[in-house]
Amino acid sequence: MLEAIGPGSHIDGFVLGELVHRGSMASIYRLAGPDGPLPLIIKIPRLGAGERAVNVIAFEVCRMVLGALAQGSHYPTLVAYGDVETTPYLVMGWIDGVRLDERLARVPLPPDEIAQVGAALALALHDIHRQDVAHLDLKPTNVLYRPNGEAVLVDFGLAHHAHYPDLLAEELRMPVGNWVYMSPEQVLGVRCDPRSDIYALGAILYQLATGRLPQGHPRSVRELRRRLYRSPVPPRALVAGTAAWLQEIILRCLEIDARDRYASAADVASDLANPGAVILTERSERTRSEAWPTLARRWLYSRRFQPAPCPPPSTRIGPAPIVLVAIPPSNGDEPLLEAMREAAKQVIAADASCRIAGVTVVPAAAALSGTRHEESATGRHIRHLVELRRWARSLPLPEERLTLHVLESDKPAAALVDYARMNDVEQVLVGAPRSVVAARLFRSVCAQVVAEAPCSVTVVRPRV
Amino acid sequence: MKLALFADIHSNLEALTACLAHAGAIGADRYGFLGDLVGYGADPVPVLELIEDHARDGAIVVLGNHDAAVLGRPDDTLNIYAQAAIGWTRAQLAPRHRAFLESLPLTVRDDDMLFVHASAAAPGQWIYVSSLREARESMRATDAGYVFSGHVHEQKLFYMGADGRPMPFRPVAGTPIPTPKHRRWLAIVGSAGQPRDRSNQACYALADRERSRLTFYRVPYDFSRAAKKIRSAGLPERAARRLERGT
Repeated sequence: MLEAIGPGSHIDGFVLGELVHRGSMASIYRLAGPDGPLPLIIKIPRLGAGERAVNVIAFEVCRMVLGALAQGSHYPTLVAYGDVETTPYLVMGWIDGVRLDERLARVPLPPDEIAQVGAALALALHDIHRQDVAHLDLKPTNVLYRPNGEAVLVDFGLAHHAHYPDLLAEELRMPVGNWVYMSPEQVLGVRCDPRSDIYALGAILYQLATGRLPQGHPRSVRELRRRLYRSPVPPRALVAGTAAWLQEIILRCLEIDARDRYASAADVASDLANPGAVILTERSERTRSEAWPTLARRWLYSRRFQPAPCPPPSTRIGPAPIVLVAIPPSNGDEPLLEAMREAAKQVIAADASCRIAGVTVVPAAAALSGTRHEESATGRHIRHLVELRRWARSLPLPEERLTLHVLESDKPAAALVDYARMNDVEQVLVGAPRSVVAARLFRSVCAQVVAEAPCSVTVVRPRV
Repeated sequence: MKLALFADIHSNLEALTACLAHAGAIGADRYGFLGDLVGYGADPVPVLELIEDHARDGAIVVLGNHDAAVLGRPDDTLNIYAQAAIGWTRAQLAPRHRAFLESLPLTVRDDDMLFVHASAAAPGQWIYVSSLREARESMRATDAGYVFSGHVHEQKLFYMGADGRPMPFRPVAGTPIPTPKHRRWLAIVGSAGQPRDRSNQACYALADRERSRLTFYRVPYDFSRAAKKIRSAGLPERAARRLERGT
């Protein structure tokens, strides 16, 4: 029945419109309505003689995983599907967006743009990881960007959901997925680690930053296995002047052992969104590949390479929640600052792995008067950072788990809520107003944050 | 049809009623009892009568090794604690309860489903399906698309791979798993009356036949009451502790 389909064909009452994409595994059509195209697409797997068995499994997996995801903006919505035995198809929401591979024509991209598209992609990944799904086939053609900058992941045919049997685990002798972006553990057949997506994200960032692929185009399993012992050439060796923070992020994503990578995609998003806060290590300074003795040692080791065990579903996402502490700009309310410090210490005591982000919102620089406002704005920024540092001084937290930001905005509550949303913050600590004067100024901030934050908010008040 | 499946009930009335209530609340309209209705626990008579009621209404019931032992069929796989409970249970049963147990088959085939207490490869030999080899043998012994069994007390699901290798999966409680008909499945529904995976919540599974979905459940129940009954009946303390600790 499905062999001779094309625009105008009817399937289960759906009318096919224009062909959007013909891939090796499936064809995608827009659905036609009485008044032009509907905001829906239909995906029909390529089945039958001469087609690969993996196509039908990918169809089943796609249906299973998309059906299990909560409705959200980072992946298509599954609207309807046909029976795998008779008329397999998936009807999904049409995504109005630009594919990431269209940017590849302009590589290397400027760091700002990489940070922006990378952070959006990392947040999309975090969204599915939080639902116990690993995509496992992340590549530029599977990422779309909506006009508002949000990333959308498509094609979940090779994905893994921790709550379902993995139909792909046994069928496939050869490592399944795109070899260019595939993580070392996937090469060895591990299909349950969301950190594999972080590796693929690193490979995409590498490509955007250098125009090259971190491990080239492997043509055989032997070439594919090189990534078990060989780190990519540092971006700095290819594009002189690659920012240290960007190289740090990319190479950390591309670590061979999943445990050495970022624990969660939200951490990557946070670093990309706050380059100044990236903790630079030896990775950021590398200018050449490993010396051959290192390579030889790693090669020997790689023959017995044991991939990191997959984290169990409940703790699957790196246990590093970000807690935002909103510090009011220097108002001299020492008891409140002390109370917030105590509250932060309690959070740290309760979860030893958390990250604290101390944030102060100050009015936008343009709002300042004076001829030398550029200079005074910088000076003011530093003054607030010093204040923040003073506040954070006695927190029992290693440096890399503490970040301090001075945000400029005339709408402090909105800025805090935005920050919480962008960085996937787990909890917000906000100070309660103490005096009547402060209440006038800050109650709205506190109340607005409580009302609008995408997570739990704790209002901190000093003991009277 | 929504088919609720219970195995290894082991005379635990509290667990069975809690599971039945749970299944009823989510729309179960058919029931299957996959053997080991008695043994270990202190309520063999009420449990058997409850299951017999369901059997009269068309429920599927198969025989387990503890049930067979109560009927006097030798089973040297049972340990000394289990043997003690078997003797005690035998003394509790009236002739009609024995007659009900005597009437139970080792397997039941219904459409593309096979129900068996242990391995379908040798139903009367009480083989534990605890490795891939036994799972493969149990699945190969039948052409049924779905094999439902118990005996092993932990919940587990296998599907048959294209190369004849079963793929194991540890289900997450409460998540419906698509189990399409074009594949072959072996589900171990877990023990209702004596869970052993460090959780003291009763196990059962619900097969939604129309939608080809299988959901494994864990149901909290009054295990301290069941344990107390075991102690007052003078049955081995170990059986009571197992209910409390889920080990």
